[in-house]
Amino acid sequence: MKRKKTDGITIFLFLLPALLLFVAILVAPLISSGFNSFFKWNGIGNKEFLGWKNYKSLFDKSQIPFWHSVRNAMLLAGLSVFIQLPLALFLALLLGRGIKGERFFLSVNFLPVLISTVVIGQLWLKIFHPEGLVNALLLKIGYLKDPLNVPQWLGEGKGLLLYSCFIPMLWQYVGYHMLLMYAGVKSVPTELREAAKIDGATDAQVDWHIVIPSMKQIIKVSVIFAVTGSLKSYDLIAIIAGINSNEAAVPSTLLKRHMSLRMEYGLGSAIAVLLIILCFACSIAIGAIFKERD
Amino acid sequence: MAKQKGFNPADYQVRKTNKAMAVFTWIVLVIWAIFNLYPLYWMFSFSLKDNQQILHTNKFGIPDGWPSKWRWKNYAEATDTGDFVRMFTNSIVITLATIVITVLAAMMASYAITRIRWRFSETMNKIFMLGITIPIQASLIPVYLVLSEAKMLNTYIALIIPYSAFSLAMALLICNGFMTQIPKELDEAAYIDGCGRGRVFFQVILPLMKPAVATCGIYTFLQCWNELMFSQTFMNGDMMTLPAGMQQLFGSHTTDWGTIGAALSIATFPTVIAYIMFSRRIQDSFIAGAVKG
Repeated sequence: MKRKKTDGITIFLFLLPALLLFVAILVAPLISSGFNSFFKWNGIGNKEFLGWKNYKSLFDKSQIPFWHSVRNAMLLAGLSVFIQLPLALFLALLLGRGIKGERFFLSVNFLPVLISTVVIGQLWLKIFHPEGLVNALLLKIGYLKDPLNVPQWLGEGKGLLLYSCFIPMLWQYVGYHMLLMYAGVKSVPTELREAAKIDGATDAQVDWHIVIPSMKQIIKVSVIFAVTGSLKSYDLIAIIAGINSNEAAVPSTLLKRHMSLRMEYGLGSAIAVLLIILCFACSIAIGAIFKERD
Repeated sequence: MAKQKGFNPADYQVRKTNKAMAVFTWIVLVIWAIFNLYPLYWMFSFSLKDNQQILHTNKFGIPDGWPSKWRWKNYAEATDTGDFVRMFTNSIVITLATIVITVLAAMMASYAITRIRWRFSETMNKIFMLGITIPIQASLIPVYLVLSEAKMLNTYIALIIPYSAFSLAMALLICNGFMTQIPKELDEAAYIDGCGRGRVFFQVILPLMKPAVATCGIYTFLQCWNELMFSQTFMNGDMMTLPAGMQQLFGSHTTDWGTIGAALSIATFPTVIAYIMFSRRIQDSFIAGAVKG
């Protein structure tokens, strides 16, 4: 097709709304965060130049549990990839076999995805409460004997808090990944599935040799979402553990803590910059891992 | 196929799923469904009890007595403490506006990237896709400072613009998937008929992109409806969205479980009802995003 001279202007006009949003909310703040991270600043008064001091204090364990928060975020990412995604894949494969009530199970599994995170957080606070559902169930089945001596699922410094935050994450997001993967399972042509079965393959063999290899792209997308989602996680941690918790701290709760409670905008900006670097590093690493397998 | 001559179906039976395996599948799925549903059922059941029942005498199931004896006044107390109608309205307005802006911006950008040939279209697309990786939290402080400077905190715009920006990358990814499936000949036919780019976009492409709108809408909804960090920081008083407002509510109200349960149920019911009504379409649109994206 012949090129028109006005194409340049047309392209620009069509890109304009997206570009404005992108520059105003993503690019400009990024630059400003990078700049502010070298200052001590409470948002109102004068900025005091610190050089790398904010970054140094983040890597000094005695001052701010930043390393610990990164470790927590990585742990959540690991749990998501190695527990949540296999579970989602397993459920998607079972549903993809065309069993009775397929739609019902699909709907039920996706339901938690649509429920407000605040509701989920508050609900699980009650479930993990010392007098809540989990302990009551454990007492009922006889696993716990003494109602006065029960596990402190939500206690700071008891070693359980981060996992108590992970369970609701799992509860909420397995359905999300399950539905993504279910789409992949269903995109395998029925003829292919039946051909394999005529040749005598079992359901498990069909899943393993035909369905899973064809789902690589979707699994990659799921892994990227699960990892970056874990690194960004804020809501459930802030609700269940609170932004003041050190044990279950993740970079975003630290960011919010230093910004809103302590007005340390420079330090908060440094956390933001490191969080971005972490997210990019992880998504590049995932890309590389999947490329190698090709 | 089975009706073809000389074909004996018995020789080529599709291998039947093993009975034991089918039962196992069912059991796993039922257990998982219970794990999904029971916490919600438990939440609803304790919204109708008093603390005595919740904490001591009746922890697991339906409230004591007939429905007339249940503590419906928990709901009255919950609606007295928080203005749910206002919170829902705020959330709905913000989410809808975000969806409209995101979808329109993404469609236009996608049109420029996938349907007009120019040198840097691929690069442009890759730059936009960085938005999937950049965490929304990274913009919190700078955007907050700009908004407070511009005296725009506590307005709908304060959340709509950042939400749109952060939903954009995903929406663009989905739009590109849909857009590349529309045959190029359609545009060319329209050009020959003398249409400009603008008319082609609005009158030829947009009407064909209806399924993409639904899919983008679902993904954008999932990103904005629950967002807590920005709305907690930018909004206060009666401008708070449902997540921020609820979180505030529980800060002051933590001992009376029944009231909390009622508040949680009120916040959940509209979503669940909408989901039950549209579950198939929601799932299909979500799946379309996964396949095309």
